[in-house]
Amino acid sequence: MAEEKKVARKKLRTAEAMGKFMADYYYELDNAAKTGEKKIAWCTSVGPAEILRAMGFLVYFPETHSAMLGSSRMATDYIPYANALDYSPEVCSYMTADIGAFLQGVTPLSKAFPGIQSIPKPDVLVFNTNQCRDVRDWFSWFARRFNVPIVGVDGNRHVKVVTDTIVESNAKQMENLIPPLEKVIGKKFDIDKLREAVALSRKCSNLWKDILEVASVKPSPLTFFDGCTLMGPAVVARGTQPAVDIYEQLLEEMKERVKDKEGAVENEKFRIYWDGMPVWGRLRAHSELFAGLNANVLASTYCSSWIFTALDPAEPFKSMARAYSELFNSRSDEYKEEYIKEKIKLYGIDGIIFHDAKTCPYNTNCRYGMSKRLENETGIPSLIINGDLNDLRLVSDEQMKTNVEAFIEQLAENK
Amino acid sequence: MQSKQVYVGVDIGSSRTKVAVLDADKKFIGRAILHSGTDFGGTAEVCLESALKMADASTYDIIKTISTGYGRKNVSFSNDTKTEIACHSAGCYYYFPEAITVIDIGGQDNKIIKIDKNGRRINFKMNRKCAAGTGAFLEEMSMRLNIPLEDMNDLASQSTDMVKLGSFCTVFSATEVLENIRHGKKVPDIVKGLFYSVIKRVLEMDSLTDNVVMTGGVVAHNLYLVSMTEEILKRKILVPEYPQFTGAIGAALFAMQE
Repeated sequence: MAEEKKVARKKLRTAEAMGKFMADYYYELDNAAKTGEKKIAWCTSVGPAEILRAMGFLVYFPETHSAMLGSSRMATDYIPYANALDYSPEVCSYMTADIGAFLQGVTPLSKAFPGIQSIPKPDVLVFNTNQCRDVRDWFSWFARRFNVPIVGVDGNRHVKVVTDTIVESNAKQMENLIPPLEKVIGKKFDIDKLREAVALSRKCSNLWKDILEVASVKPSPLTFFDGCTLMGPAVVARGTQPAVDIYEQLLEEMKERVKDKEGAVENEKFRIYWDGMPVWGRLRAHSELFAGLNANVLASTYCSSWIFTALDPAEPFKSMARAYSELFNSRSDEYKEEYIKEKIKLYGIDGIIFHDAKTCPYNTNCRYGMSKRLENETGIPSLIINGDLNDLRLVSDEQMKTNVEAFIEQLAENK
Repeated sequence: MQSKQVYVGVDIGSSRTKVAVLDADKKFIGRAILHSGTDFGGTAEVCLESALKMADASTYDIIKTISTGYGRKNVSFSNDTKTEIACHSAGCYYYFPEAITVIDIGGQDNKIIKIDKNGRRINFKMNRKCAAGTGAFLEEMSMRLNIPLEDMNDLASQSTDMVKLGSFCTVFSATEVLENIRHGKKVPDIVKGLFYSVIKRVLEMDSLTDNVVMTGGVVAHNLYLVSMTEEILKRKILVPEYPQFTGAIGAALFAMQE
């Protein structure tokens, strides 16, 4: 019988240290929530985290928590509780899963980190709508629930060129966050501390960029699916020294793999680019599906979203405003297409997967003809898969499998 | 009896299992079809037996077998698998060796596949996770209207004033059908409206090239769908001799290649 191929995945040595890193991060938050020793700010994943760190907040990122709800396949069970509150099944399933899980008093943190019973209660919530409107709705729900202040930045969207006007407007909004945040933490803001945080964030960003670009080597020592978990420190700890330290370690390991010509996927034949969110509940299954076909999904717009090359300690507010406005997610299709074309060249891409995530239109780029335009301009074939980041009711495993297998067959026939 | 050399393709679809037997000259000499049921492997074996009988061959004559379709990994006697996209492409190119767009309307999914003049796939699309435009939609409606599925083709062809159904969704379409029944619309006009809805949903999936081939069980049993598509597209549609077997034939062709 033609049996399904078993796939051996190569583990990274740094993955263990990464596990400890994330444990330390959540235990510190949990301790602060229990003792009240430190104030806790919730921040959107591409929000102004450096300001919060500089002011002495511990920073918690609900999106990372919701990705854990997704990867632990708990999300689908809890989304309906938010749907019942008239949060539509078609809006962000990060948000609905997180609200639903909270309503039911559950968190994947309890299983991953024994002793943690709940998410850390915020003292303030800080958003940036550069990525989408849903983060504001999500944070507003929790702000009402906990009766704590919510502040934020209304970022620009569909930006082709990040102009000085955009930068100034965003920088001003960031500066305006300071007085309400000072009130919450009870301390004066110190610009030098912000410069330190921005400098560390830039270092983290540079290292993360170098790590991701190691995938341009053939065979690639890294997969997109590895990247989705390895990006943890870039999201939750940018602006801190430990994030820099662990990425230095990871980069070393990547360089060793390159030196040893050690590919992340055995006998890599096809190099694939992934656009859009991962399907968190199928990260492993998808990793094995592609690896089993000798295809390495090795680069993505998603993991690269935490590269902020504009950060500059000399001009902390302005450079943060520029960095967070340059986010891929908030750009025009013209910009995005040029960006993807560059990545196709850099990584030697054979095919592109566009994930049309039902509840995440902001991080779905194939709904306005981009896939066909890129195919015509580059000759690189693409495949649109329908799914979702967290809601597995919107995922069809059989369709995914058939589509991906047929796509790789097509690449093989035309190679 | 002189031993033959035969190549077998098995296509286990969500609704039907098809087996095709080709001889060494690529002649389609045996076929069988059954409901896939719940025992995919068992159904494939029963189909194989009767297809071989038709081909006047035995299991000893089989050089190689390739399986395809949703149940492709469940065939104990298969040597390898290919996706249904690859097999429908090969099967249609076998009948029409030119640049074509294949529209396959199956029990659970639709495919649009573009093939160049050399038989290479340019791209493909499958329907989303939705019954709209598939055989499952017609099955659901036949049940609701209490009409045998096999009568739908004749009923649709009797229509004089087709009912228009606007919804994407099977559930919403059912509500629209009920509304039309309430307004006294005739059953043939409703059934033609259902056919029209299937075609529209499929044509919305992708652009088409000049030569269009239609295949699949829904097409095989409802040739009126083809006439309606010709009317909409204002061009002749190509239909292979056995539209439901192109996947299985394609699989047998792969068995021959490898």
